[in-house]
Amino acid sequence: MTWGQWLLVSILLSSFLPGIIIFALPEEKHHLRTILNLCGSTLKIALILIMDTWIYLGHSFEIRMVIIPGVELLLNGDPLSALFATLSSVLWLLTTVYAVGYLEESPNRSHFFGYFSLCVTVTIGIALAGNLVTFLLFYEMLTLTTYPLVIHRGTEKSLRAGRNYLIYAFSGGAVFLFAVVWLQAVVGPTDFSGAGFSPSFVDTHSTVLVLIFILLIIGVGVKAALVPLHGWLPQAMVAPAPVSALLHAVAVVKAGAFGIIRIVLDVYGAQNLLLLGVLPLLAGVATITILYGSVRALQQDGLKRRLAFSTISQVSYIALGMSLVDQPLALIGGLVHLVHQGLMKITLFFCAGNLAETLGIHRISEMSGVARRMPLTMAAFSIGAFGMIGIPPTVGFVSKWYLGLGGLAAGNWWVVLVLAVSSLLNACYFLPILTKAWFGKQQGPWPEELYVGRFETRLMLLVPPLVTAFIVMAAGVVANAQISPLAWVRFIVREYGL
Amino acid sequence: MIFLHADTPAWMLFPIVLPLIAGLLCFLFSRRTFVIALAAVLANFLVVCLLIYQLLVFGSMRCHMGGWQPPLGISLRTDGPALLMLLMTAVTGLAITLYARGYFSYRIFDPPRAGRHQRQQRFFWPLWMLLLAGLNGLFLSNDIFNIYVTLELIGISAASLAALSGKPASQLASFRYLLISLLGSLTYLLGIVFLYRSCGVLDLDLLQNLSNNGPGVRAALALMSVGLLLKTALFPLHFWLPPAHANALAPVSAILSALVVKGSFYLLFRFWFEIFPSTITTPALNFMGTLGAAAILWGAIQAMRQHRLKLMVAYSTVSQLGYLFIAFPLARVDGSAQLWSIVIFMALAHSCAKSAMFMVAGTVFLHLGHDRIKDLSGVRATLPITVFAYGIAGVSLMGLPPSGAFIAKWMLLSSSLASSQWWWALVVMSGSLLAMIYVFRVMSRFFVIPEGVSFIRPAPFSPLLEWPALALALISLFLGLVAPWPLHILSQGSTALAQSFPGGLP
Repeated sequence: MTWGQWLLVSILLSSFLPGIIIFALPEEKHHLRTILNLCGSTLKIALILIMDTWIYLGHSFEIRMVIIPGVELLLNGDPLSALFATLSSVLWLLTTVYAVGYLEESPNRSHFFGYFSLCVTVTIGIALAGNLVTFLLFYEMLTLTTYPLVIHRGTEKSLRAGRNYLIYAFSGGAVFLFAVVWLQAVVGPTDFSGAGFSPSFVDTHSTVLVLIFILLIIGVGVKAALVPLHGWLPQAMVAPAPVSALLHAVAVVKAGAFGIIRIVLDVYGAQNLLLLGVLPLLAGVATITILYGSVRALQQDGLKRRLAFSTISQVSYIALGMSLVDQPLALIGGLVHLVHQGLMKITLFFCAGNLAETLGIHRISEMSGVARRMPLTMAAFSIGAFGMIGIPPTVGFVSKWYLGLGGLAAGNWWVVLVLAVSSLLNACYFLPILTKAWFGKQQGPWPEELYVGRFETRLMLLVPPLVTAFIVMAAGVVANAQISPLAWVRFIVREYGL
Repeated sequence: MIFLHADTPAWMLFPIVLPLIAGLLCFLFSRRTFVIALAAVLANFLVVCLLIYQLLVFGSMRCHMGGWQPPLGISLRTDGPALLMLLMTAVTGLAITLYARGYFSYRIFDPPRAGRHQRQQRFFWPLWMLLLAGLNGLFLSNDIFNIYVTLELIGISAASLAALSGKPASQLASFRYLLISLLGSLTYLLGIVFLYRSCGVLDLDLLQNLSNNGPGVRAALALMSVGLLLKTALFPLHFWLPPAHANALAPVSAILSALVVKGSFYLLFRFWFEIFPSTITTPALNFMGTLGAAAILWGAIQAMRQHRLKLMVAYSTVSQLGYLFIAFPLARVDGSAQLWSIVIFMALAHSCAKSAMFMVAGTVFLHLGHDRIKDLSGVRATLPITVFAYGIAGVSLMGLPPSGAFIAKWMLLSSSLASSQWWWALVVMSGSLLAMIYVFRVMSRFFVIPEGVSFIRPAPFSPLLEWPALALALISLFLGLVAPWPLHILSQGSTALAQSFPGGLP
């Protein structure tokens, strides 16, 4: 094996092995468990940064394992996988710190952190997957490893949410498997080569290819929570806050969005999709999802539920960017939103978790005046919310700017309209929260004050949202610098030759 | 000493003779039963490995008993499919033997009923050895009448094993099982009579070369198939299976579900696609495929509706057996080489996963004293390894990657799409989803830990009750990753297979 292959394997093992060891650890050894977790995630970030550097320098590496003809496992480091892997590993470190603070004293922690590590291993596997079969393998495993986290609380409600999650996710997986097999039967191997299959198939098999494209998008759309396949996501909010953060920002929803990107850019290729004429379909679904998610978010009083519907809406920006794949600017906007949405949403979920863990606040109506009690948390929340609305200089503005420019360049004025309406709706459901929290008067005691101490909440709960909020600002301010998500996305788009 | 050489075909007598001798010894020395049985299954495993080595080096082999050539003498043979089935039996058998030891030790620990459990154990070991000999004989036999003898051996020992638990429900179920098994054997025997009347030979090689396609052969094949289908419990002939498998002792359920039904299926498949391919018509293949599809859906729906864990696992067997038959209509496109890979992968993966699942069910039953699904909460706290084994076996039953069943399903899907028979693909997919529902209905119960459940393990719990199940579950999960090895073995010595359908069925 070459050094590059060792690198790929050790990136996966750096969270897999800690996960396995954590399963075997006795419940009470939480120091050892925390050390293992943090070492694993730091090591993973370091390894992924090495991989990023090498990829930037033009190296490429892959591990290929033929199982039967047509079924190959392929791990592959390319700029796009580097983007997703870096995002997931950085957010995983923060989420781990947060989860350690969040789950202090609660039962079943070894179980929780074991699955947590496996879940990230699988997510990185999705990032590194080099063909549809490998993608499918990790995609199904992601469902399996997140299920125990969703039902972690063990209540009837969480079991019901877990059951729905499984039904949605595995049905999506089954459709995806069907489509992958079919696609292979039509066009042969489906490596993520960067150009898609040969355009000659478009002439001969256009109807079938359109059908397969729809099935593939349905398959990944379940996890990406495209309307009408989004039903599981708001229910899954019963899970503990670190899990919600993981589902929304690091792993599950992101895996679905990443799948859409892979299918559009690598499996089909921009050229074939234009010939097939299916992009308006994707654009339509994305638009409906963006608007529907925002409108539903308006109606929610539960803070986490509002955030969940907001995720549904925001993730579809990525799909919207993909549907304008022939416009480099829109493509940049969609791709970079993968990172930006993750940063913003994880900040919001951390803050929501802090409110629940510190003061027992679960509803927006209970939030009046909370900023005076928890100023730092609410400051982070505000930055995240501004990002969602798209106010400069946050990263949310950068995504929308590029999406809008791309839409205009293609002469699609409706894109700008959708962005404007969605920003307006975002403002409608975030600004009231902010005014209430900052300027409202505290009405009676907090629902359940769980923590009183030197800081506004436990330090391990406070630091992660502050860090992510800082990144939300910083990555927006330095978007044009050499090292920023935007710079990397430009590099990706150059690599694809668009 | 001819046995000293690695290349002598006489080695293939050992998998039959060793367990027979061990069974006899178990009967004679009832204090050392476990040691004897363990030695036999270990030796059996080693000999099977040696036979596989022989196959890879020298190709398919024949062993003529007593030096008599067919049609006078009877012969044994090794080839890819037979050896994979032998390997499956050896590996699963080894794990089941270890588990059975843990199971009986635990039960004997329970003083008020120790006598009864000791009695059960005394009968279990010789019968299990007898069954193992029968199964190995069935896979190795190259003579259609000799196969009848092994079928009877299997049927009688399996029915006796099923009756061991001694409860009225299991008595009734195993009696019914015995009758069905006898009926199946008799039908099969009747088929042999027809066959001998029309062809005059009983050796499989000779029958294959005759490729006689007269009415006699057709009648014979029909009779033999019905007999074997009864024993394989294909829908709608499955009615006897769930009560018999669910009411037996856990190691016995594992044996019956993982191995015994595979034996008769293996024969059926061999007859249809290797010995009498020219007799098989397309409607017959479609008919079998339809029954298989019905079995998948019906078995899964029944499994979802069960209130007891063991019954659920038993119905899941009914469903999983359907996958073996749904491959039949695809013979028209791919020839039987692809078909062998599908069914062998399915059989291997199912055998490991299902025996692991029955072991888990048995362990849970021992631990809780019941297996009502709605009251299973908290098991994860005390039996984490068992629950983990259940999860992995469940993943394998659902056919998620990278399990062996996934590879089989992938091949099924690609064959059915390539031949534009997409409806089989739909059945396969919905079967997987239904499997997901019944697997996770139990899993979610396992995961819930009610307040106040202690994490202290019950004292006399032997590792033998937990680890064999986990090992089997892991084998079935990672079978997909090592798929090239079984496929390599399968392709050896199967020249006859490649020839039998050069360009698909006429």
